Amino acid sequence: MLYRPKADTIRRRWQNNSHICFFTKPESNLCWVKCTKRIACNKQLHDLQHGQEGMLVWVLFLLCQGVAPALTQDLCQRDAPNGYKVRISLKTALGEDAYEWNQSEMFFFRATMAFAMRRHFQMETYNVDNIILCVQTSRVSFWFVVTSPDNATMLIPKADVEKAVRMARHRINNAFLLSDRTLEFLGIHPTLAAPVNPDTPPWLIVFGVVIGAVCAGIIALLVSSLLQKRRKEKGMTEDGQDEEDMQVKGVENGINLDGTYNRGFTDDDRFTKL
Amino acid sequence: MPEEGMEDNKGREERPKWNNKAEYLLTCIGFAVGVGNVWRFPYLCQIYGGGAFLIPYLIALVFQGLPLLYLELAIGQRLRMGSIGVWNSISPYLGGVGVASMVVSFCVSLFYNTIVAWVLWYLFNSFQDPLPWSQCPLNHNNTGYVKECVESTPVNYFWYRQTLNITPNMETSGSLQWWLVVSLATAWSIIYICFIRGIETIGKAVYVTATFPYLVLTIFLVRALTLPGSSEGLIYLFTPDVSPLSNPQVWLDAATQIFFSLSVAFGGLISFSSYNSQKNNCERDAVLVGVINSATSIYASIPIFAILGFKAHTNYVTCLNGNILALTNEFDISDMNITVENYEQWFDSLNGTHPSRVSDLNLKTCDLQTFLDQSASGTGLAFIVFTEAVISMPGSQVWAVLFFIMLFSLGLSSMFGNLEGILTPLHDLKLVPKWMPNELFTAIICLVLFLMALIFCLGSGNYWLEIFNSYVGSVPFLIIAFFEIIAVAYIYGIGRFSDDLEFMTGHRPNIFWKVCWLVISPLMLFVVLVAYVAVQAQTHPTYAAWNPDYVNFPDTEVLPYPDWVFAICVLLSSVPVISIPLVAIYRLICCMSGRHSKGSLHNDPNPYANEGYVVES
Repeated sequence: MLYRPKADTIRRRWQNNSHICFFTKPESNLCWVKCTKRIACNKQLHDLQHGQEGMLVWVLFLLCQGVAPALTQDLCQRDAPNGYKVRISLKTALGEDAYEWNQSEMFFFRATMAFAMRRHFQMETYNVDNIILCVQTSRVSFWFVVTSPDNATMLIPKADVEKAVRMARHRINNAFLLSDRTLEFLGIHPTLAAPVNPDTPPWLIVFGVVIGAVCAGIIALLVSSLLQKRRKEKGMTEDGQDEEDMQVKGVENGINLDGTYNRGFTDDDRFTKL
Repeated sequence: MPEEGMEDNKGREERPKWNNKAEYLLTCIGFAVGVGNVWRFPYLCQIYGGGAFLIPYLIALVFQGLPLLYLELAIGQRLRMGSIGVWNSISPYLGGVGVASMVVSFCVSLFYNTIVAWVLWYLFNSFQDPLPWSQCPLNHNNTGYVKECVESTPVNYFWYRQTLNITPNMETSGSLQWWLVVSLATAWSIIYICFIRGIETIGKAVYVTATFPYLVLTIFLVRALTLPGSSEGLIYLFTPDVSPLSNPQVWLDAATQIFFSLSVAFGGLISFSSYNSQKNNCERDAVLVGVINSATSIYASIPIFAILGFKAHTNYVTCLNGNILALTNEFDISDMNITVENYEQWFDSLNGTHPSRVSDLNLKTCDLQTFLDQSASGTGLAFIVFTEAVISMPGSQVWAVLFFIMLFSLGLSSMFGNLEGILTPLHDLKLVPKWMPNELFTAIICLVLFLMALIFCLGSGNYWLEIFNSYVGSVPFLIIAFFEIIAVAYIYGIGRFSDDLEFMTGHRPNIFWKVCWLVISPLMLFVVLVAYVAVQAQTHPTYAAWNPDYVNFPDTEVLPYPDWVFAICVLLSSVPVISIPLVAIYRLICCMSGRHSKGSLHNDPNPYANEGYVVES
């Protein structure tokens, strides 16, 4: 049985296990409510109007339009077969600069999703009304489903939504200043960044520099050793006499011997010429 | 008159000598201070009760390390020859000690330079952004990360797979990893260029390699102290706990650590001091080198532990954040309401109200103490633990580059001593043909060592390196050092040795040194040797293999050594020291048969014999 609300009913949504009632603001199209028990609805309506919260869940309202607005609530629910859960971590991503998640942001999200769907299915014109959000928590997390632009009761299959999201993921992330990690679509894994493969591995460059320097040093030192030896050999044949003089003076092989030179053991023929 | 180690009487090639005292001291300090000071001592401090470990360590230094050091420097300086010549001079029957020193130096050079090659490989890879060990690579079809990396950590994957490409066990040899061969070639080339002109070039190189590590350690110390969690690491390290001291294993480890850290029994110290003039105060040098070595160990452990504390803190915060995210997502709590500070209260309240949902989340227990207890020594510390810490530091590339250059300097300066322990005895044995210049001979030795070290570049190379490290780098040294001290104290005679010391330093050694050389050090060495062998014999030799197919991966699989490998281990321990009895027996046989042993080495142990005064008939 359908219950048509009055024009000035309050803007709340209320749901329990037995029936769903929905009321909207008078500016929008009036929505129909589906209640199984009229009396229960009246009671609950009365409770609502007098502020008794009971099992109320305060959510943002959804504009509903068309013939069967109550069906939109059937379409979007927790664990919906064609819906995705979105989880947003604003403070983790932005810290002090985190913006507040409010209804405008929700509208922006719906617009972004509509853009993603349009981009993927280039023929069909999706609108903000085709994206339905529900089950919002303070985490921030919510569920969303996408309805077809031609038929508001028909949901777009999960796989198509996934393709659209994957294609536009980068744009969606940037729209909200978030990343794959802080704006999660549960069930849609982010594509991994392709590895940057430089033509030459960087370590090979460093190795080339080091080994080049070392080889150059080796060659330089070897060449200079060779030149030094040649010079020494040339020098020794010229100064052969100097070697013996050095020995006489008590400097043997460059090491000064201790003590004074003992003349008793030299050839002193030179001194005893008579 | 002193005995000169000249090539021939004409004196065309004099014994090289140090340019100045500083070069000699820096070379000895560089040889003693090696990678073990950075990655072995802090680990021992940690597992043996923090500051309390200093007690057995300093006792071992004073009563075992310093006497041995003084002894080696003194005999090298006095007899002016490499290790083989020196021991032949002291007693022909103990010439084998020198040969054993040379063989052990040869084996150690093989694997030590491979470690230097690994450090170079990491150094080359530190010049990229992001660091290659900070993230897992993608698999073939870019759908996910490599499975082995995801199961372990990126740091482990980079070390075991992208560096070593390790095989699952020792029987599988794998193939030569070309990038390791390239790094090994670089390491040996750098060694060669430092050795080209002998101590002339080494003396210049040590100005950098011996001092740079201290600079880097200071930089790391300042950086580490500003990181969060560093104070926990330092408190954890230095809080003394005297209860482990009752375990004899602690004393054994302290004695072996001092012993291997000071690099005695390699023959390198003897070679270095043989290039000194004889009138050099080697007592002061020995005390200086020993004290600086220990002080470096203690100084190095401060930044290491500050950084390990930072790493533990980072891991703890990551673990907590994982739990926080799980709770936040499950209970749809507002983002960042649960923080590290109020995690406990939130957890208690949520667990009280919804215990089943909380337990279904399988939250990890995050305990800072557990993360601090995760310690490692050796290559595990440098290439796994420290690289992981470096990723979390801002400006990781700089810190990685500094760290690996420091390790490279430490390893290089130690390699100088190792190689010197091989080259000088070969020169003194006059095995070098006269026509061959020194540069060519050094090049040939480096080439031979490089080719033999290629075994460590195979897939199973790391397992072989561990074997070499455990079996060559331990027991043979203890045996050689024991024979050294017995030879000098008892066979050469403490009286003659004291005379030599008086000649060199100007005063006789005091009672402390004499008591140590005669009684304390040999006794300590003997006890340490017996205990070490006993401990090794008790445990069945096993090794830790990295096997991705193992059930408990990423834990390493503990496998026993195959029989043929175990036979090689026994050979590695015994072949170097087998020359000691062999040479003694050979000399005995020669002596008993009445023939004079050939050889250009002086049989006459009396250094006072001067051939200039031989009577000519």
